[in-house]
Amino acid sequence: MNKTLLIIKREYFSRVKKKSFLIMTFLVPMLIIGMYALIFALSMSGGDNIPTVEVIDESGIFNKNFEDKKSVNFEASELSLTEAKKKVINNEDAFVLYIPKDISTGGSIEMFAQKKAGLSVISTIERQLNDQMRIKLLKDAGIDSETLDKIKPNLSVVSKELTIEGEKDSSSGAAMAVGFAAAILIYMSLFIYGIQVMRGIIEEKTSRIVEVVISSVKPFQLMMGKIIGIGLVGLTQFMLWIVLSASLMTLATTILFKDKVEQVKSEMPMSKQMETVQNDGPGMDIVKAVQTVQWTYILPVFIIFFLGGYMLYSALFAAVGSAVDSDTETQQFMLPITLPLLFTYIMSFSFIVNNPDSSLSFWLSIIPFTSPIAMMVRLPFGVPNWELALSIFLLIGGFIFTTWVASRIYRVGILMYGKKVSFKELGKWFMYRE
Amino acid sequence: MLSIRNIVKQYANHRALDNVSIEVEKGSIFGLLGPNGAGKTSLIRIINQITAPDQGEIFLNGEKLNPSHISTIGYLPEERGLYKKMEIGEQMLYLAQLKGLSKSDATARIKFWFEKMGIQSWWNKKVEDLSKGMQQKVQFIATVVHGPELIILDEPFSGFDPVNAQLITNEILELNSKGATIIFSTHRMESVEQLCDSIALIHKSKKILDGKVKDIKNIYRNNTYRIAFTGRINAPENPIFSINDEKIEDGITHLTIQINPKYSVNDLLNFLIPQVQITELMEIIPSMNDIFIQNVKN
Repeated sequence: MNKTLLIIKREYFSRVKKKSFLIMTFLVPMLIIGMYALIFALSMSGGDNIPTVEVIDESGIFNKNFEDKKSVNFEASELSLTEAKKKVINNEDAFVLYIPKDISTGGSIEMFAQKKAGLSVISTIERQLNDQMRIKLLKDAGIDSETLDKIKPNLSVVSKELTIEGEKDSSSGAAMAVGFAAAILIYMSLFIYGIQVMRGIIEEKTSRIVEVVISSVKPFQLMMGKIIGIGLVGLTQFMLWIVLSASLMTLATTILFKDKVEQVKSEMPMSKQMETVQNDGPGMDIVKAVQTVQWTYILPVFIIFFLGGYMLYSALFAAVGSAVDSDTETQQFMLPITLPLLFTYIMSFSFIVNNPDSSLSFWLSIIPFTSPIAMMVRLPFGVPNWELALSIFLLIGGFIFTTWVASRIYRVGILMYGKKVSFKELGKWFMYRE
Repeated sequence: MLSIRNIVKQYANHRALDNVSIEVEKGSIFGLLGPNGAGKTSLIRIINQITAPDQGEIFLNGEKLNPSHISTIGYLPEERGLYKKMEIGEQMLYLAQLKGLSKSDATARIKFWFEKMGIQSWWNKKVEDLSKGMQQKVQFIATVVHGPELIILDEPFSGFDPVNAQLITNEILELNSKGATIIFSTHRMESVEQLCDSIALIHKSKKILDGKVKDIKNIYRNNTYRIAFTGRINAPENPIFSINDEKIEDGITHLTIQINPKYSVNDLLNFLIPQVQITELMEIIPSMNDIFIQNVKN
């Protein structure tokens, strides 16, 4: 049997059989479903706990004109300020808004409650106060409310993507979230699996098995066997996550909506049932959003960039592993590997997401060292096929290059014991003849 | 069997092997000797094709060394090691398959060796659960399981207790009697005397001595004898021998003497017999240890 294949098999099965692999495989989908269920539950029960604010308006300006909003209800109060304060002390759910007489001349409006009011409650109240105040001031300036209503513009922008296939709404929230998640997943897995490669090599080196093995196979075969084997472990893990999450999600959706389906069943013919359920309730928004994501496009691209990025970085991790004798010595060599990843990660969430088509974003998603993460963030905003192809092409070239460099360092490094190594030394190893 | 010709291995700032040539005969037990850092391990790694020489060539059975020879060589490195968390049976299977055995063949051979060493019950144990001596046994099996023609053992006895060292010695001798050629590098000169047919001594990257153990010892004989007698020699200053060491115990004189090259042992006896009562006469043949030290010191 081919020896590289033997090595791949050993690396793969020795890891897949581990308990930690099984635990991770089941835990992560559980967490995803847990979060999904939590968001769902929260959005279903969103109306339960709306605070009611009692308004003491001594100025009379606001004239009990507060409108109830989603996050807060208002109630005009006849209590005096002292009585109201007493009420707050005795009742932890009470909110009191106090508007003093001298509001026009600089008095400040105060809100009393046992706990701190939420940001959205405060901003809703502030908005209403300001609106009312503006109307009053405009009226004072001689503009009546009818004229005001007439000149109140109500414009908003609807974002449409225009392609050859036609127009479509690009409310790409879910797609963006998936892109983000993919970028984070790639960022984390490059580290997780790259470090596994490095640890594996350090283990072989410190246990000295490496000399036995490379008297049977070439160092390059051993290195590639390890990289490919662990890469397959990563792929297996992703596949299992996707399958498990998808099936669990289907299961969860069915259970959560069971009541509704049954309720509707008795009142409606079969064909209408699903439609009704689909369009019903706030929880359905998430389900719909998840369904709108183009999984058949995103998944293969994700897999390609994960594999490409993994191959590129794990080769570097392999070189580091071969150069040191223990985990603690890896620090200085890790920096040049960590830096581009961290840089892209930070850029992705601060810059690329706001300027997906800028030239910096373009270059970050093309350069092999940064593209696996940057491309994932750009993907939901639409990336031309030629850019995608170029990026993949360069990524393949990139990992061939790093693998070549790493293998030259690796073949020397694995036989060097007990030597403190510098970058200069690595350069020398790289130049050694066979 | 193995012909090493003019090997040079250059590292960045030192030359590990300088024009080393060694011939190892088929079916022999060959000792590769030298102080630490002399270049033994470099040479062994080259024979195992772990690294390549900068100059020179190696021939195995008349063929230039190439990757197909990997399955005919068994190598026990000085730095022993196994995958700690892997089960022993599985690990042996893996290493044997890397040497080119099929799975079924490897299984059969491993079972044979496990039985021979009396360790059948270890199959499902992990290496980390074994003592160091036990690990060494397993490692030895890994070295010879594929039935190599050439077995290279780097310090094979380090880490063994005397019982296990004897066990391994017997295995080495048995493999040798079945036709395997054995090269081992060691510092333990008594095992060289006990086992080796031929040796090569490497010092400071150069081969400074090689040949059959018997021949080498002959060369290093220098007419030194130990003699014991009662009585007194009348003329200590004589042309036949000079005295290197003298001590008297219970009335018996023990001398270490060197006979002048012009004279023979018979001349010595003719000179002494009239004067003293001889109780012992023995030639001092230099041990490999002496030869080693003498060569390395110079």
